[in-house]
Amino acid sequence: MTDSAIRAVQIGKQYQIGQQRVRYQTLRDALVQPLRQFWRRDRNAQASAERFWALSDVSFEIQPGEVVGLIGRNGAGKSTLLKVLSRITEPTTGYAEIRGRVSSLLEVGTGFHPELTGRENVFLNGSILGMRRREIARKFDEIVAFAEVEKFIDTPVKHYSSGMHMRLAFAVAAHLEPEILLVDEVLAVGDSAFQKKCLNKMEDVGQQGRTIVFVSHSMPAITRLCSRTILLDGGRIVKDGPSHQVISTYLSSGLGTTAAREWPDLAKAPGSDVVRLRAVRVRDEAGGIASAVDIRRPVGIELEYDVLRPGYALWPHFTLHNDEGVFVFASFDLDPEWRRRPRPAGRYVSTGWIPGNFLAEGMMIIGAAMTTEEPQLLHFYERDVVAFQVIDSMDGDSARGDMTADMPGVVRPLLQWSTVYSSNGHHAGEPVPGFSQR
Amino acid sequence: MSITRKPQPVVSSTALPITRIAPSRGWVALRLHELWDYRELLYFLIWRDIKVRYKQTVLGAAWAVLQPFFTMVVFSLIFGRLARIDSDGVPYPIFSYTALVPWQFFANGMQHATLGMVQHANMLKKIYFPRLALPLAKVLAGVVDSALAFVVLLGLMLYFGIVPTVNIVWLPLLLLLALVTSLGVSLWLSAVNVRFRDVGYTVPFIIQFWMYATPIVYPASLLPEPWRSLSGLNPMAGVVEGFRWALLGTDTAPGPMIFLSALVALALLASGAFYFRRMEKTFADVV
Repeated sequence: MTDSAIRAVQIGKQYQIGQQRVRYQTLRDALVQPLRQFWRRDRNAQASAERFWALSDVSFEIQPGEVVGLIGRNGAGKSTLLKVLSRITEPTTGYAEIRGRVSSLLEVGTGFHPELTGRENVFLNGSILGMRRREIARKFDEIVAFAEVEKFIDTPVKHYSSGMHMRLAFAVAAHLEPEILLVDEVLAVGDSAFQKKCLNKMEDVGQQGRTIVFVSHSMPAITRLCSRTILLDGGRIVKDGPSHQVISTYLSSGLGTTAAREWPDLAKAPGSDVVRLRAVRVRDEAGGIASAVDIRRPVGIELEYDVLRPGYALWPHFTLHNDEGVFVFASFDLDPEWRRRPRPAGRYVSTGWIPGNFLAEGMMIIGAAMTTEEPQLLHFYERDVVAFQVIDSMDGDSARGDMTADMPGVVRPLLQWSTVYSSNGHHAGEPVPGFSQR
Repeated sequence: MSITRKPQPVVSSTALPITRIAPSRGWVALRLHELWDYRELLYFLIWRDIKVRYKQTVLGAAWAVLQPFFTMVVFSLIFGRLARIDSDGVPYPIFSYTALVPWQFFANGMQHATLGMVQHANMLKKIYFPRLALPLAKVLAGVVDSALAFVVLLGLMLYFGIVPTVNIVWLPLLLLLALVTSLGVSLWLSAVNVRFRDVGYTVPFIIQFWMYATPIVYPASLLPEPWRSLSGLNPMAGVVEGFRWALLGTDTAPGPMIFLSALVALALLASGAFYFRRMEKTFADVV
């Protein structure tokens, strides 16, 4: 065998639908079912209908020290793959060989007991994650400092805020020192400052030469931590390669380039009994649906929604992410006509216009959301609901000027530039347009 | 922008242990050495159970004593006073309490272990560890409760003026027999309970039936042959009678019957462990 840290060969994992959907069977079902199947004499037909492959034919190799991202839509098999690699569940077919001590972090704070103090839980959770008691004792102060809960370390964790709870739980996990670390989406915790701290810590871990497999929906986190990414879809590997390539494949294919989405059936439309989203559309200046827009032209994001229960002031808003997953901005509807005003029931269409010469080139992904003002409550937030492509036709009058090479950046505003020339090397003292001097 | 790093191995990879993950079929090895590797986890699981068992109760660990004590009071009133059941020549309260100490250890261990798998479903779904550690920890955590109940037993003996016999040295072995039985039954029941929650509901009945099948409220001497000998098939009968013999000096010395009990208990444990291991691979998927 080679020196790979992880070698997966044609791994398949089959579930019975019932195993995932129904929480548990009763004994009666188990006794009656085979009888029924016997009478029906269609055991095979029924058996195949109730099974599905969560993973099939998954093969890859990961070298020691590699940090690999694992991405894919919900249900693509990412978590199942991590569970198989962490030996929580067995594969149905295929095999994997793992070289070195493995720690898996599918959840932070597994085994935390609310009645125990922070100190006690650090030891308990540490040992559950596979640390030795001596190792925990050695790192204890560091863990507590990382979690920023020094003052409350001897308080039962049931009195902790959820933030403190998560910080402590992550701090324990962050101090694991296995050769191979399998991490599921656990960074979606805590405030953003703490998230950053966790990312830094993971980056440190990566630099120490540890092998990491990292599942995340956060493309910036993947780009930052992983040089290589594997894209799963429907339990199969779709793409395996340099992160930026795989991520852009994922973002463009997974979403399609739907510039409009509608919910004709009110009952299935996202939202609450107060307000429901009926459609989201990307509009160009002419009012047409636009899946691609010129970088110089404005683009409108249109939210169509039904107010079902009158009397609430609403904040329609949308978010915009680029194809690297960077959150570019969010925008709220501030139309004075409806701002702070309780709305009667009925159909509304709110459109926010993004100016031309503002976005960078590439895929832009919209999320549509609605909050009521009083009480401040989020009624829907449809992520990745529509997308559009921003195209620079390179006519020379966009922000890139005459440059034709790849131009990085999240936004690409067209700024007003001025250049002052003086032949003797001194400033001429011309005021910069738009800025007063002192 | 991603920063590409050169992979650098931590240690020379040849020294690292290789784990092979592949589907298993049918009966599998127990892998007790792995359980040994995880002994610290076992220790922490036991410690957690003991620590949290009586949290947020007013009486705290007193419950460990109150439960068998009040059961004994009720038994003494009903079976001792009203039904006047023979008690092998010792006062009925101590006769029944002596039996209740190992019995409660057995029954509580069985109950906690059976329900424990489902209670800690999250651990099964999120963490790898030898699954056997979970029921084992649950049963072992009961030792502390039993020790407390045992202290009260000594107090009762003092009160009734009973001096333990030298046979008291056999107590640890008898307790071990109770532990093996409890664990054996727990392994069977907990493995089934992961899939069929019905088991959880039947445990109280099993405990109740088993208790009346064990000479706790009555002496085994009350049983006619061949039932008396056959009761040795119930390991707890051997344990209970053995406890009385060792502590109270009753004429119930465990003869060949205890070997039968031990054999049954070991068979339960071994079969339970193998069955548990066989079912284990599905735990995370069905729990």
